[in-house]
Amino acid sequence: MDRVPVLRLGGLLLVSIQVDLEDSTALALQEDLSQAVVATGARGVLIDISGLEIVDSFVGRMLSTIAAVSRVLDAETVVVGMRPAVAITLVELGLDLAGVRTALDVERGMRVLGSTTAPRADGLPLAR
Amino acid sequence: MSARGGGDEVPIAADADVVRVRQLVRARAQAAGLGLVDLTKVVTAASELARNTLVHGGGGTARVEAVAGTTAGGRPRSGVRAVFVDAGPGIPDVRAALQDGWSSGTGLGLGLSGARRLVDEFDLTSGVGSGTRVVVVKWGR
Amino acid sequence: MSVESWGAVLAEHQADLQASWLAEVAPPLAGRVTRQELERDGRELFGALAAGAAVSGSFSDGAYDELRAVLTELSRSRARQGLTPSETATSVFAVKTAFLRAPGVQPDAAFVALSQFVDELGLFTFEVYVEARERVIGEQSEQLLELSTPVVKLWDGVVAVPLVGTLDSARTQVVMEKLLQSLVDTGSEHAIIDITGVPAVDTQVAQHLLKTILAARLMGAECQISGISPQIAQTIVALGIDFGEIRTRATLADALVHALRSTGADVVRGAGAPARTGR
Repeated sequence: MDRVPVLRLGGLLLVSIQVDLEDSTALALQEDLSQAVVATGARGVLIDISGLEIVDSFVGRMLSTIAAVSRVLDAETVVVGMRPAVAITLVELGLDLAGVRTALDVERGMRVLGSTTAPRADGLPLAR
Repeated sequence: MSARGGGDEVPIAADADVVRVRQLVRARAQAAGLGLVDLTKVVTAASELARNTLVHGGGGTARVEAVAGTTAGGRPRSGVRAVFVDAGPGIPDVRAALQDGWSSGTGLGLGLSGARRLVDEFDLTSGVGSGTRVVVVKWGR
Repeated sequence: MSVESWGAVLAEHQADLQASWLAEVAPPLAGRVTRQELERDGRELFGALAAGAAVSGSFSDGAYDELRAVLTELSRSRARQGLTPSETATSVFAVKTAFLRAPGVQPDAAFVALSQFVDELGLFTFEVYVEARERVIGEQSEQLLELSTPVVKLWDGVVAVPLVGTLDSARTQVVMEKLLQSLVDTGSEHAIIDITGVPAVDTQVAQHLLKTILAARLMGAECQISGISPQIAQTIVALGIDFGEIRTRATLADALVHALRSTGADVVRGAGAPARTGR
């Protein structure tokens, strides 16, 4: 089974989904990400879906779950790069990805995370 | 409305088959000249229905074909039709199953009702013990 | 047959001709054009033909004005009933068939076969022509739709689409897709749909506007609607459409100021006085 790589970028985790996801790959990603948030102490998760031609309810639910789990683990999630046709379809499908923050592209997503993820109270660098 | 070009039938027995159905529907919809948004909608609907066939119907088949017809105004148009068949337990209450939020236990309950909103024609027949058959059509504009 | 001879056949056997014309055209049109209608068409057609033939053998002669009127009416009503050009023209070609079957007419079999074959060629060409023409018209109206919905860049990171005229479902959908694509193309996080020039909206259009805003949000952008007239505001409330936490602004200027402020820009007037934006 393919796995989507999770990249570490300073205090952030970056995931770029470039392939048509099988359900099991999506579930594995969900698992890998929460492990990685704990292992790296990341405060932010960026998920780039600009390569995705469709997002159905399964992948939509995966995004919501990742955001919710990350939040419990004290990390913010931003989904970036959703294509217009995908956004229109998701709205029609009835999914609003409640609780998921969005941005146009990776750069803007990092800006969103930068303004909300203040350094940890203990003053330690974000990445350890 | 008439079917053209025979169409393709693929089994739905595993995760990877759901992806194959999506790709097949995409190719057929592209060939039928659907715009990007309509194409995305029908591929998404097919994805939902293929997953339903796999998860709730215990597997089955998907048949994807190009169709030709005319608009209400008499203009010719082409589209794509996908037929999902399983021999699973069937849906006891079809009307309830098409409501938003209905769910057989997993998911958000948007599969069937959501897929219906994404296509132009939607027909579901199901009976307890006799499996489920869903036919969807999406037309180019 | 010269005009004298077919004129004579017509004068003598008009009832027979009408009957065999009817027998020819009725089966393929069954269920779409009523028998009464076809009988009337036949009566008018042969009546006008007989009237003209009594005077002249040339269709361009004024004597055939009435026949032209009958054919015009027949073509228009067939078009309205959604019949194809071939199905319509068959009503005319059936006149020939009727004559060939008339008592005392002994046509040359080879010529009849050729004539019918060429008629079919003519019909085929005509069908293809009409189809191609309709496609051209379809493309043109699509282009018009595109032209009537310009997406303009108001500021760095702010795009707007000023809508003027009646919004129907198809046009609103085009606007929606164009606006969302322009967010990606220009990297804009703010979109404004200005509907000052729109007299009214129906439920479907209001829903499309709502969906545009939700879709923009999923893409990471904010979409505002400005220029909502009192009538439209009342419609939205009366239709029970929930705009929830969606930002609506009285004017395009208000929306722009809001968009600029959220991009971090300072909007000031003259020597540092706060901007006034109409409300």
